[in-house]
Amino acid sequence: MAGATVHLKGIGVSPGVVVGRVAKLSPPPVVPAGLSASSDPDADIQRTRDALDRVRAELGERSAHAASVAVDVLSAQAAMAADPVLAANIFGKIRDGKAAPEAVKDALAAFGEQLLSIGGYLAERAADLEDIGNRVISVLLGLPMPGLPIRDEPFVLLAQDLAPADTATLDAANVLAIVTEHGGPTSHTAIIAKSLGIPAVVACRGAFAIEDGTRMLVDGMTGAVVTEPSEAEVSERVGRVAKRRAAVTEYAGPGRLSDGSRVQLLVNVGTSSDIERAGQADCEGVGLFRTEFLFLDRPSAPSVEEQRMTYRQLFETFSGRKVVVRTLDAGADKPLAFVRMADEPNPALGIRGFRTARFYPELLDDQLRAISRAAMGSGADVWVMAPMVATPAEAAEFAKRAHELGLPLAGAMVEVPAAALRAEHLLSAADFLSIGTNDLSQYTYAMDRETGALPELLDPWQPGLLELVRLTAQAGQRAGKPVGVCGEAASFPQLAVVFAGLGVTSLSMAPVSLAEVRAELSLYTAAQCAKAAEVALAERDGESAREAVGAYLDSVLQA
Amino acid sequence: MPEIHATVASTVGLHARPAALFAAAAAASPVPIMVRKPGGEPVDARSILSVLTLDARFGEELILAAEGPGAEEALAALVQVLETNHDQAEA
Repeated sequence: MAGATVHLKGIGVSPGVVVGRVAKLSPPPVVPAGLSASSDPDADIQRTRDALDRVRAELGERSAHAASVAVDVLSAQAAMAADPVLAANIFGKIRDGKAAPEAVKDALAAFGEQLLSIGGYLAERAADLEDIGNRVISVLLGLPMPGLPIRDEPFVLLAQDLAPADTATLDAANVLAIVTEHGGPTSHTAIIAKSLGIPAVVACRGAFAIEDGTRMLVDGMTGAVVTEPSEAEVSERVGRVAKRRAAVTEYAGPGRLSDGSRVQLLVNVGTSSDIERAGQADCEGVGLFRTEFLFLDRPSAPSVEEQRMTYRQLFETFSGRKVVVRTLDAGADKPLAFVRMADEPNPALGIRGFRTARFYPELLDDQLRAISRAAMGSGADVWVMAPMVATPAEAAEFAKRAHELGLPLAGAMVEVPAAALRAEHLLSAADFLSIGTNDLSQYTYAMDRETGALPELLDPWQPGLLELVRLTAQAGQRAGKPVGVCGEAASFPQLAVVFAGLGVTSLSMAPVSLAEVRAELSLYTAAQCAKAAEVALAERDGESAREAVGAYLDSVLQA
Repeated sequence: MPEIHATVASTVGLHARPAALFAAAAAASPVPIMVRKPGGEPVDARSILSVLTLDARFGEELILAAEGPGAEEALAALVQVLETNHDQAEA
């Protein structure tokens, strides 16, 4: 229906403005309780056979078009739908007097439990099996097919939330934008959308009530979702986007504001296979090199020489640029065979990050030694920092050991509110600070990062979090020492503007986010960034801060 | 009933693609084929779900059994599927 214009608001997590028709990702079917058995089991069996066939054919068809990673999953799923033992099981239950949808559900659950009890890779296949069951039951109940919609034209994908299984076959050529009712800025949806370059809005309350086929505008920067938008509204939004687009193509190289002030743009690197790709990115260096991958899934710690080789590869790739290496961030949530810690009821509040060095000092010294040797003559400007530092004494201890082992620039991550509140004291020994916004937000709002409930508490726009960033950055300015932000938050272009306004000197992010952030920064002066920061801090919560800053920055561009 | 022993050559085990290929090959056979681990319950080789629940890992032994005309050839063909490393073939 060509209905009324409705404005909804969510969290923009991947920028871009598009207009398209809605295709909904249907939720899994619910088998109604107390279904009575059919009087004609043979007819039910035939219906079920047809439903299995249809699902098998659809999955087979889809696997022919899927990206290579998804082909295996989809063709295995198609084979499951064609499984003769499964079919015999279902038909037996129907003959025993079960209604067809229940028979399907029970037979699949029995196999699912077996797979789950084996665990590992097979346990993951239980989810695939459940998906098949949902599809077959939907056919039997005459409900829309769950799973990714299939349309002739590219569409706006509307879902309550997206699971990894939903996104495995998501094709950027068919999906114009993604809008979800639930999910937060760090949800799976946000990460996938950003990596595919698809505009996306999450946590958009009321969105899922919108009907299939509705024409919809999605603004992945501001989080605006508008049904049946007027032409004026479309052209106004697209105009602003065009200005930003122009900036994306116009600017390259070091990060700078429109008045020439500098904000260093760096990338996050987390695996050795990322190194080369990151090296080709248009960035000023690495702001966060995560070293956990060197230590995970092995019986003993890597030797100094083994570590040195990996660091050397990194430093040579970034010769002439800056590289910040974060020392091992182990803890009860990422257990290592050679770092034995007592079971902790709450690993996030336990012995992790730099704290493990108190119990395993040699692990840290070996790592610093390896970094120091690799740095020698590599041409890279090598900095090191410790994760999860809470006190000035810890920062000083780390800096002392790093300096002694030949690493002149040693800093601390600010992930604990105490570290931000006492940033000035941390900086009396540390050479720089780097704010890890994901953990800082979890510890500031006392909300586990791993749970999806109440995403607004972990919204990086929360003024409480920004206040701590401000305290840290100001301490850095007074001490004349750099303060950076690494973590998901630095990749949101307008939040990057706010960080610059708060006095942050570098931003480190996934390479895919660099261009958008560089472009947005280039549009404003230092004074305008400071004003944006002031606007954000004056608000009560993350949502209103984002909105107010969005409106302020739009007004700057309009002028 | 003719039986034949084979060793799982796919490094991921008889999971994922190797299991799908195995079940498809069994379904294409002219005779029903049962597969089991030594000392385990035999399952229908055409059923990918049954094959997966065997949880046969790389290097493990499996016993295939079939009866009827063409059984020997069918078994030989399936052994071939089992003893190929389908991961390597992909890489």
